[in-house]
Amino acid sequence: MQKIEEMEIQSSSDVVLVRQAVRQFAIELGFGLVDQTKIVTAASELARNTLDYGGGGTVTLETLQNGGRRGLRLTFEDQGPGIPDIELALKDGFTSGGGLGMGLGGAKRLANEFEIESVVGEGTRIIIVRWK
Amino acid sequence: MADLGNTVVWTDEGKCPMEMTHSSKIPEILKTHEAELLSEWNQELVATNTRKGLIKEAELQVECREFLKLLRIAAQSGNLSNIQASEWREVREMLTSISRSRSHKGFTPTETATFIFSFKRPLFDRLRQLLHDPTEIGDEIWQATDLLDRLGLMAVEAYQKSREEVILRQQEEMMELSTPVVKLWDGILALPIIGTLDSARTQVVMESLLQKIVETGSEVAIIDITGVPTVDTLTAQHLLKTVTAARLMGADCIISGIRPQIAQTIVYLGIDLTDVTTKATLADAFLMALKRKGTTITRK
Ligand SMILES: Nc1ncnc2c1ncn2[C@@H]1O[C@H](COP(=O)(O)OP(=O)(O)OP(=O)(O)O)[C@@H](O)[C@H]1O
Ligand SMILES: [Mg+2]
Repeated sequence: MQKIEEMEIQSSSDVVLVRQAVRQFAIELGFGLVDQTKIVTAASELARNTLDYGGGGTVTLETLQNGGRRGLRLTFEDQGPGIPDIELALKDGFTSGGGLGMGLGGAKRLANEFEIESVVGEGTRIIIVRWK
Repeated sequence: MADLGNTVVWTDEGKCPMEMTHSSKIPEILKTHEAELLSEWNQELVATNTRKGLIKEAELQVECREFLKLLRIAAQSGNLSNIQASEWREVREMLTSISRSRSHKGFTPTETATFIFSFKRPLFDRLRQLLHDPTEIGDEIWQATDLLDRLGLMAVEAYQKSREEVILRQQEEMMELSTPVVKLWDGILALPIIGTLDSARTQVVMESLLQKIVETGSEVAIIDITGVPTVDTLTAQHLLKTVTAARLMGADCIISGIRPQIAQTIVYLGIDLTDVTTKATLADAFLMALKRKGTTITRK
């Protein structure tokens, strides 16, 4: 059965709720412990970026079915300032906010699929998929 | 029966159906038949109240009376379709407070909405009795249903919201639970962390560790993260900062309790922990700390 849920990301307790929801979805999809941890950690990074740099936004959690394969797609959206140089933002160590600058690149490595769309002045949408 | 959705009803004043609400008889009926409506609604509620233990009949009566009064006043504005308008403010506030108290008392959402929905029968009965034209009865019942459905949904939403607030509060309380710094041995401290490491609490916890290092003059501090569900870049940054600060104060940190799945994730994230001493378990970390202090444990 397909499942879809949209959540607000407006505070750091929302980030905690997002992680919990992602873990719940992953468990329901039968993800193993390592896959669960990977997608939850990626979600944590992207949710916090949405909050800190995007000024808040939403995440949509969706279960996927492709033949026999099951997966989880997470779509993070915000109407924030956007990312002027995506390649630079993805670079390990680049941060504009005093972080480690590993979040975006880390989330990409933790996911099986990674898509990023960002328009300066309009916002950012990041989609990740992790297959079981 | 006329198809209400498509029937255009021209009222006496020749107004179009969009403004039909202005000529609704409901406000009038609420005013002239308030007493009967109240007593019938009350009977209805008492009959459906399966949770006598949760709310007293007297309390229910007061709620009904107050609510009906506010409903009557709001309805006099002639606006029966937009309950977000200012004339409905007091109704909304009372409904919200009733729903919250229902949620705290342990009622179900259905029981909460029933407070509103059980007013349908008394009101519909009245409309059927007092009006004669079937089309008019149909229209009025439609308006009444529409209004009460909106109020019912609002009750459920308020109920839901208050539930969420409770959950959030509990969650925050849990996050704020203080993590004690414990002394394992002379000169060896341990900080077992349970919960999330990216809240405001983290700063407090880390500071209390540094403080304790100074107070006790400890040389080794073990930070155990067995109870931390997710280690991401922010968590790692907090840990690394603490390790660095401790080092500046002359103490070595050992991070223990990095579970296999967390270790793998850290590698993918690209976080460099090579400068940090890590051990699989708190016991391993403790042994290592003892060894550093030149203490060994032997079996007798
Ligand atoms: N949703 C977003 N909107 C605007 N800018 C963003 C967004 N997400 C990321 N960025 C930009 O990309 C940079 C890199 O993000 P990344 O998550 O890799 O590092 P960081 O958040 O700065 O540090 P951390 O390692 O703690 O995650 C950010 O510093 C920010 O400038
Ligand atoms: Mg980040």
